[in-house]
Amino acid sequence: MTYLAKVTVTYKESILDPKGEAINDALHRLGYSNVQSVEMGKYFELKVTGNGQPIEEQVDEMCDRLLANVNMETYQIKIVEVED
Amino acid sequence: MKFAVPVFPGSNCDYDMVNALRDILNVPADLVSAQATNLEGYDAVVLPGGFSYGDYLRSGAIARFSPVMAAVKDFAATGKPVLGICNGFQILTEAGLLPGTLQANRSAQFICQASELIIRNSRTMFTTAYENQTQISLPIAHGEGNYYCDAQTLAELRANHQIVFEYVDNPNGSIANIAGITNRQGNVLGMMPHPERAVETILGSTAGLGIFQSLLSHQREGAHA
Repeated sequence: MTYLAKVTVTYKESILDPKGEAINDALHRLGYSNVQSVEMGKYFELKVTGNGQPIEEQVDEMCDRLLANVNMETYQIKIVEVED
Repeated sequence: MKFAVPVFPGSNCDYDMVNALRDILNVPADLVSAQATNLEGYDAVVLPGGFSYGDYLRSGAIARFSPVMAAVKDFAATGKPVLGICNGFQILTEAGLLPGTLQANRSAQFICQASELIIRNSRTMFTTAYENQTQISLPIAHGEGNYYCDAQTLAELRANHQIVFEYVDNPNGSIANIAGITNRQGNVLGMMPHPERAVETILGSTAGLGIFQSLLSHQREGAHA
């Protein structure tokens, strides 16, 4: 069984996001004055082979150890089965 | 006293560091591969600045898992000095050897300039050559030097005198103007400013020499004790 884990990493709410703010400003300059805020995050797709261990737990651990810095980031995981 | 300077793919201050140690301070220093698995025979480790592994994912996030970092962790646990400069500081936080995180600068700009610092703790093994509460100028050059930690960590840093350098004019948004901190034991120092770029009058400043001179006298005193 092969899985596709879709991981989104974003800053925690309390954390400043200067890149998101710069994009927000640029959108305003383009005339999109109704944009209230922009948050920039990271998106990962992991193709993972099933190994009998719970896949969610494994991806969760990968996020904690590498994909996100839990000091300042938070993450969401979606897992779907895909063709081998 | 013999220094190890680990080199990661993308390090770019490694030769400056080794030059400062060998040619200015006249102490032996080796460039050590990121693949090295032991640091036997060394008395101090300096993680140099640069963009290890292209800063992919987050600065320091990939370097942290290189083989040499396991050796650096063991080395630090023995109480010997570990200094991380700029990207080296970022690697130390990612590796959990120092608390907190270096975030993108508040201005979203890469900042390259001289920076005035206040010595907040001159009793660490890295800073005895400086007078406490005095001001020095060191170069900074970073895009992600904005130090962040939660309120509890900040309180601990203050209570244990782990804040060693503070910016006079905060250039990057760092919490509590932090430019450099130690671990609780005091043998691991991370700092964004570059002391290795301030070791020769002809290059504008010798204010960075004190860090290395402090380490050398720490080593001498240790040998006599």
